[in-house]
Amino acid sequence: MAVDKDKIHPTPMLDVLEEGPWPSFITGFKRMRDEFPSQRINETINSMLGQLEHSYETRKGYWKGGTVSVFGYGGGIIPRFSEVGKAFPESKEFHTIRVQPPAGNHYTTAMLRQLGKSWEDHGSGMVTFHGQTGNIMFIGTTTEGTQHFFDEINEYGFDLGGAGPCVRTAMSCIGAARCEMSCTNEHKMHLKLVNNFTDDVHRPALPYKFKFKVSGCPNDCQNAIERSDFAVIGTWRDDMQVDDEEVKAFVAKKGRQYVIDNVITRCPTQSLSLNDDDTIAVDNRNCVRCMHCLNVMPKALHPGTDHGVTLLMGGKRTLKIGDLMGTVIIPFLKMETEEDYERIVEIAEETIDFWAENGLEHERCGEMIERIGLANFLEGIGIEVDPNMVNSPRQCSYVRMDGWDEEAEKWFDNQAS
Amino acid sequence: MAIEHRAPIESGCPDGMQYMHPVSLRNFGQWKYHEHPRPGVLLHVAYSGDELWTVRCGTQRILDHYTLTKLCDIGDEFADGYIHFTIRSNVEYLVADEAKVQPLIDAIEEAGFIVGGTKNSVAMLSHTQGWLHCDIPGTDASGVVKSMMDELIDEFKECNMPNRVHITTSCCQINCGGQGDIAINVQHTKPPKINHDLVSNVCERPSVVARCPVAAIRPAMVNGKPSLEVDEKKCICCGACFPPCPPMAINDPVHSKLAIWVGGNHSNARSKPSFQKLVAAGIPNNPPRWPEATAIVKTILKCYKEDARDWERMNDWIDRIGWPRFFELTALPFTKYHIDNWRGARQSLNSSTHIRF
Repeated sequence: MAVDKDKIHPTPMLDVLEEGPWPSFITGFKRMRDEFPSQRINETINSMLGQLEHSYETRKGYWKGGTVSVFGYGGGIIPRFSEVGKAFPESKEFHTIRVQPPAGNHYTTAMLRQLGKSWEDHGSGMVTFHGQTGNIMFIGTTTEGTQHFFDEINEYGFDLGGAGPCVRTAMSCIGAARCEMSCTNEHKMHLKLVNNFTDDVHRPALPYKFKFKVSGCPNDCQNAIERSDFAVIGTWRDDMQVDDEEVKAFVAKKGRQYVIDNVITRCPTQSLSLNDDDTIAVDNRNCVRCMHCLNVMPKALHPGTDHGVTLLMGGKRTLKIGDLMGTVIIPFLKMETEEDYERIVEIAEETIDFWAENGLEHERCGEMIERIGLANFLEGIGIEVDPNMVNSPRQCSYVRMDGWDEEAEKWFDNQAS
Repeated sequence: MAIEHRAPIESGCPDGMQYMHPVSLRNFGQWKYHEHPRPGVLLHVAYSGDELWTVRCGTQRILDHYTLTKLCDIGDEFADGYIHFTIRSNVEYLVADEAKVQPLIDAIEEAGFIVGGTKNSVAMLSHTQGWLHCDIPGTDASGVVKSMMDELIDEFKECNMPNRVHITTSCCQINCGGQGDIAINVQHTKPPKINHDLVSNVCERPSVVARCPVAAIRPAMVNGKPSLEVDEKKCICCGACFPPCPPMAINDPVHSKLAIWVGGNHSNARSKPSFQKLVAAGIPNNPPRWPEATAIVKTILKCYKEDARDWERMNDWIDRIGWPRFFELTALPFTKYHIDNWRGARQSLNSSTHIRF
């Protein structure tokens, strides 16, 4: 099976991308065009390559969105209709299906093969693990193929991810499954949070997108602070663990100068010093859990044992008011019991409800916070103010403060309780 | 006859435990430390004494049937039948036994995949969809990444950088690629060209007006039809109006350029997470190999590698040496466009005599 020679779209520019040592996606596409035992896929890929070559030649994209979903849902599909479908008819519908991966991106080869087989039966056979949204991106099928593919994978445990103004597919780092820095059960948190909102994932009805991301420690490998509306970061509040013998072994191996230059003086709060006996003294009251010294000396220094999470909200990318990092909303929340997990889900519900009520169309949660002010947002979701939420207090005196006495009293009451 | 529809099972996110390597499962949350025996390989040791060896490799990211099958075959024959994907789309094989590591590496390399991407290497570029599948891209993504990784492959395979380097690409100014130590993003330079015949049929005009970050769009009657007009003096050419209104064509084969930003860092390590800053623009969007953009990336990497201290990320390095030195070392021009005038811009100005000479 293959595409007739005279029907193959020439791809001189794409062919250049087959050269060089890095694996080539173009080579992969061409094998699907030329070798895969399905005439439908051969022709679809040929057509798609033709359009991509056309984009390379004209330096423009030719896909348009639309409205496609599966029965019962309102989202989860990225519809793509070609603007040049007359010239490339076999790929004129080329939708992407966003599928939620297992939390933590773990797979068995058996499951990958099963997903691959379903996709070859109903789609183009081209897939990405994973897109920037955290979804498995099954790239390229028709409206009809969308439904068949979903029906099949849904039967064996997979569900669509978010697309459009809705709760999006969540992401979490590998964390406790492999990493000694992990300070929380990222996996459980990921599932608890996003699976509480399946309705909001499948039926886009929010002001804009809302993303959950979970990182097990402040290294934040999941980019949660930077690119999620609701970032949960594992941390600890007791003293970091120091293995004196391993510290000595590290100093002996690397030398004192290395340790001073790369560990002691790099501490952002000057909380470390090298003792005369080549152990390390830690000022834990001033440690901000930046992770640097643990990263350099993972065998000698470990997170403390009183684990919990820090919650930040409002991270997003450029559109529309410029990039925002998340802001601390809860400095520390213990995560031990089921009630602790229920509490964080409840905070997420309060947040989404408040934002759904008060956010403008196409306004991310962080943009709403900026527009109405953090204090108003906190009041809206029922969280008390905390000095950990700011880098510094207000510096401009142009503010009305006739509620000062009540607020000060509230602070002392909260401190006492 | 009505078609019988199958109701979806709203199962949501699948539990990853069922696909997790048994050593991970057995030692969940009980890891003691890790080592980095060689580039591309990590050894994690649990309090139980169990070891878990990880071999990381880069792929073309958009996987065809043959590539996915090959990755699974390697997993079955040389690893333990488990595959983990990193956030940057690298494949990770996990094995419990050190003796399996070298044969696994050999099999991966023989199949044409690239072992590396750990620690202080240049990690796999994270990218978006581009011309292959996006509805608003100014450039391609996979092709840019392939071209750059061909040039940076040694930096992926070795760990010779002061600290890890995350490079990202974005095909429009929304910046789906996210923050990176180096980010290569589309930067439009001309206002949208409006097809007034289509606007009223295709676009929800109030939404488009609301979408503009600088309020440069207003409703107008053009040639007797309701349409939109752009105040071109105000327009910042960001392209935000294009997704909700495709007749406002922003992509241009010549005027949609590339810009390079540096110093984005999502980690809390040492300094707080930081945003990337503009360093170069006006770079031609030049398929199929984008050589001009790659050349600038390589220059920045060379300066960083030579001048930064161990463990300094790109932003840490520039914080230490200062921006004037960065521009001096890289020989990139500093222009009026580098001075921010967006919200909060005052905080980026130097209100001190802290100046390096």
